[in-house]
Amino acid sequence: MKLQKNTRLALYSVLEFAMDPTRHVAAAEIATKYGVSPHHLAKVLSELARAGVVESVRGVGGGYRFAGNARRLTLMDVIRMFEELSGSDGERREPGERTPVGRALSAVLSEIDEIATATFSSITLATMLRLLERQQRQATTAARRSGRAEQAAARRAARRD
Amino acid sequence: MAARRARREGPDGASAQAGAASTPAVSIRAVRRGDLREIVAIDAAVTGIEKRGYWHALFRRYGGGGDALRQFLVAEEGGAVVGFVIGEVRDWEFGSPPCGWVFGIDVRPDARQHGVGARLLAAICAGFRRAGVTKVRTMLARDNTLILSFFRSQGMMAGPFIPLEMDLER
Repeated sequence: MKLQKNTRLALYSVLEFAMDPTRHVAAAEIATKYGVSPHHLAKVLSELARAGVVESVRGVGGGYRFAGNARRLTLMDVIRMFEELSGSDGERREPGERTPVGRALSAVLSEIDEIATATFSSITLATMLRLLERQQRQATTAARRSGRAEQAAARRAARRD
Repeated sequence: MAARRARREGPDGASAQAGAASTPAVSIRAVRRGDLREIVAIDAAVTGIEKRGYWHALFRRYGGGGDALRQFLVAEEGGAVVGFVIGEVRDWEFGSPPCGWVFGIDVRPDARQHGVGARLLAAICAGFRRAGVTKVRTMLARDNTLILSFFRSQGMMAGPFIPLEMDLER
């Protein structure tokens, strides 16, 4: 599953803003963090602002802040602002799609699309933020364990010396 | 059951968060025969189908209480049953080491958004831990976004199995 660049950027941005809805985040901060041009990001943020997901804050310390409901807004809601997941565009026909082989292949691709849609539609921003927290906790725990193991190894080596 | 379609909201609403706005007056306990009338009513309200015989059969199989391998729990508030959860530990099903399966959970529509579903799930998971398993699974319709959202909000993610089916020709 590969999302378009703008869609990914929108998801990154929305999650950054939703982490702390009271904080104004400068567009440049997100552009630097995710390695994209501020110009490119501005277009994405403008679309998100138009949809009411974020709002721009002018003046010193300005930037953008989250204006949506993290417990209601799903990944699919954001994705749909920027792209049609394949299969959801009922109008477009691919060459060979109406042949027997094309129909069989379409059935398999539709299966994949339906699973992707179900997944994106069932994950709210709040759920994503909790997933982030869990991953960070796990990384911290793993680092702590690794640090303790390294210290123990160093102590053993020191005793041997 | 877990795969059922809720009419409007999941067990704790579409965006339920664990522990969010939990209701202290709710207690979780093993099911009793006298609870079945309310359970049948909750199920019928959510699915639109009354399945009295089915629930009595489930009670006979899972309603023993005190067994962490088979659990049928209810959430009680003010003397009324407002939700239920059913699950069991299944050994080596589909080649999987023993794990807990939640195959039924629901909360009365007017009692949602108060963390009842999250508490029911937490209670059955605690039972599974007592039974010695470290994994819990469930399965539901992929278009059942609301209940999917509930389980996702509780930390569940896609597992390693893919359900398959086919129509049987007569």
